[in-house]
Amino acid sequence: MQHVLKLEPALCTGCLQCEMACSYENTGAFNPARSRIKVFTFHEEGSFAPYTCTQCDEAWCMHSCPVEAITVDLQTGAKVVDEDVCVGCKVCTIACPFGTVNYEEATGKVAKCDLCGGDPWCAKACPTGAITWVPADTAGLERMRAWAYQAPRPQPTATKTPSGKPVQTYNPAPTGGQ
Amino acid sequence: MAWAGKLLRVNLTDGTVGSEPLNMEWARDYLGQRGLASKYLYEEIDPACDALGPGNKLIMATGPLTGTMASTGGRYSVVTKSPLTGAIACSNSGGFIGAEIKMAGWDMIIFEGASPTPVYLYLENEKAELRPADTLWGKTVWDADAELHRMHQDPELRIACVGRSAEAGCLYAGVINDLHRAAGRSGVGTVMAAKGLKAVAVRGTRGVGNIHDPMRFLQATEQGKKVLADNEVTGQGLPTYGTQVLMNVINEMGAMPTRNMREVQFEGAHKISGEAMHEPRSTDQRPNLTTNAACFGCTIACGRISRIDNGHFTVEHKPRYWGNSGGLEYEAAWALGSDTGVDDLEALTYANFLCNEDGFDPISFGATVAAAMELYEAGAITDRDTEGLALHFGSAEALSRCAELVASGEGFGKDLGLGSKRLCEKYGQPDLSMTVKGQEFPAYDPRGIQGMGLAYATSNRGACHLRGYTVSSEVLGIPEKTDPLTTDGKPELVKAFQDAAAMVDSSGLCIFTTFAWTPDDIAPQIDAACGGGWNTDRLLEMGERIWNLERDFNLRAGLTGADDTLPKRLLKEAAKVGPAKGRANDLGKMLPEYYRVRGWTTDGRVTDETRKRLRL
Repeated sequence: MQHVLKLEPALCTGCLQCEMACSYENTGAFNPARSRIKVFTFHEEGSFAPYTCTQCDEAWCMHSCPVEAITVDLQTGAKVVDEDVCVGCKVCTIACPFGTVNYEEATGKVAKCDLCGGDPWCAKACPTGAITWVPADTAGLERMRAWAYQAPRPQPTATKTPSGKPVQTYNPAPTGGQ
Repeated sequence: MAWAGKLLRVNLTDGTVGSEPLNMEWARDYLGQRGLASKYLYEEIDPACDALGPGNKLIMATGPLTGTMASTGGRYSVVTKSPLTGAIACSNSGGFIGAEIKMAGWDMIIFEGASPTPVYLYLENEKAELRPADTLWGKTVWDADAELHRMHQDPELRIACVGRSAEAGCLYAGVINDLHRAAGRSGVGTVMAAKGLKAVAVRGTRGVGNIHDPMRFLQATEQGKKVLADNEVTGQGLPTYGTQVLMNVINEMGAMPTRNMREVQFEGAHKISGEAMHEPRSTDQRPNLTTNAACFGCTIACGRISRIDNGHFTVEHKPRYWGNSGGLEYEAAWALGSDTGVDDLEALTYANFLCNEDGFDPISFGATVAAAMELYEAGAITDRDTEGLALHFGSAEALSRCAELVASGEGFGKDLGLGSKRLCEKYGQPDLSMTVKGQEFPAYDPRGIQGMGLAYATSNRGACHLRGYTVSSEVLGIPEKTDPLTTDGKPELVKAFQDAAAMVDSSGLCIFTTFAWTPDDIAPQIDAACGGGWNTDRLLEMGERIWNLERDFNLRAGLTGADDTLPKRLLKEAAKVGPAKGRANDLGKMLPEYYRVRGWTTDGRVTDETRKRLRL
């Protein structure tokens, strides 16, 4: 089953463990400047948000690359840059609507999240669960559940049937969400 | 390994910068950060020099684990001779600048001399330049920070900066980094401003890559993080309540210094506690606390991010303070609150914002205001001195106004900027100053926690909780519980805590990890990063070496064993309430034994034998 990085900004403390894990896995050094996942601080608001490539199916970066250096990893769905092919033209950085593929002065190539081949280090390093690695199809389930709980709905009633047995009503207590 | 292997030397008199290799022989004996920077300072300056003169140096130093994935591995220290105490100063800060300095490829920066005109250091990897700071001088830390980001068009720039209080000569000004993290104590910011250095702006993109044994390092740091997460204090208490988790605990045990340490319990503690910060306000239905926040690499995240009630009298006409910023830690809440008798959480948060914005130590500031309030109520300070400001204990208006005056260095703020000792001397009541070696006390009354009395009296930077936090043992039972009201065994306990803290402060890690970590948890992380056989025994011996080096610096600076004492109030005036009722601090019972376990003479000098044993 295809997985995605699920980002929960409300849980982020801004510690940058994800950036260190990412940069270490990809460059061999703890170096947030070269991390492919970034944590942003919104100081006035008092909030933090991790952000990285969401691996679009119809990826603008991939389609825009004139030398086809960006391909799909069929195991993970990641759009992966082949550094041997990339010519550093930066067209993909213009095409990406989210800014998550970037040129690196150190290599003369572009770099983006490749999901670490299906075992992303950022998710493993996150101490608060702000970044998790979950099945893509159900990534939104917890949030849906939280909203569903808030949405107006009829209260359960103990309806009696002709047999005298109560009808089963379904209105579970919330177990997750915000 | 794990060290960058080089330091940047900045001569402010000549306006020159230069790179030199780190002295690895010293690094093997002093590790980094506090220890190694103290060694450099010890070797390079005359300890008797004028702290605010060009003969003093100021060192910003990282540790070998700074900038790595080790939890809390983002610390740096500012080491210099203190203008407040005349002793060695070493103030430790988190945030992000320490790691950024390391990422730029430097273990430390040594500033020497003094610049004739204001300058700031711009550091981008190998590129280091002193640039004019005329447009920054006179600005608050927050404004200068914004201006530097604008000038360099670089949102990722990390900045350490002094505020207007430091420029005005406040003797307890700190160096603020990342807007609200502080190398706060002992006036290290005052020294920086005296050198004409407004700010250090850093961008590092080289990373930290030379880990000795990467696989072992990742395993050791992973294990360390697990220990922090599983521990009740570091895994739950600190993230939820910050250091403010202690407010109610310490108050209940009768060790909450109150109203200039006249009392040991504060009736308003529950209104300014960590729990109170979570409570929605009656005015705007929002809590004071917005979120917790982490420093670089920290998996504890004890930092407080707070927002003041926009309708509160302190800020109602000042939109500048309506957003979120660094909120109250326990020490700030105590000094600004309990010690001044103010129980208005919003006013304390406002004063705390100003401490960050203009760079002055909330502990020393709060304690100095407390002393001023006692002087005022005793009639020693009059309305003429304060220009009409009524300094009554409990007055949130007085506290807020005092913070504004110290921030700008105007009017009575000049007197408050002297610190408690000089203020009380100036107004003829030196005994009312709650200080050791000229530095104000932190938030643990040594009548209710006996070991802390000895820790304060012997601390190498004046009264300080971070130099030997026996509260851990005496209150929290970490690593094992000792009776806070007995003096038995405390000399050994204080020494052990002092040596361990010196070690942690030299590594790049945060001292708060030691609520969960023992030196046995730390040693494998340092060893895997650095190589060369760093085991617990060697690290603790190094801690002892650092302690003795600092002591030696202080003795050469002119301090003596007679300075290892406490204010009369704590030695003679017994606690009136609480579990410590009837007790003063029995320093006299502990000090001679402490000197003995330290291997010092009966008057507190380091013996040749000890010097030799520690290879000083």
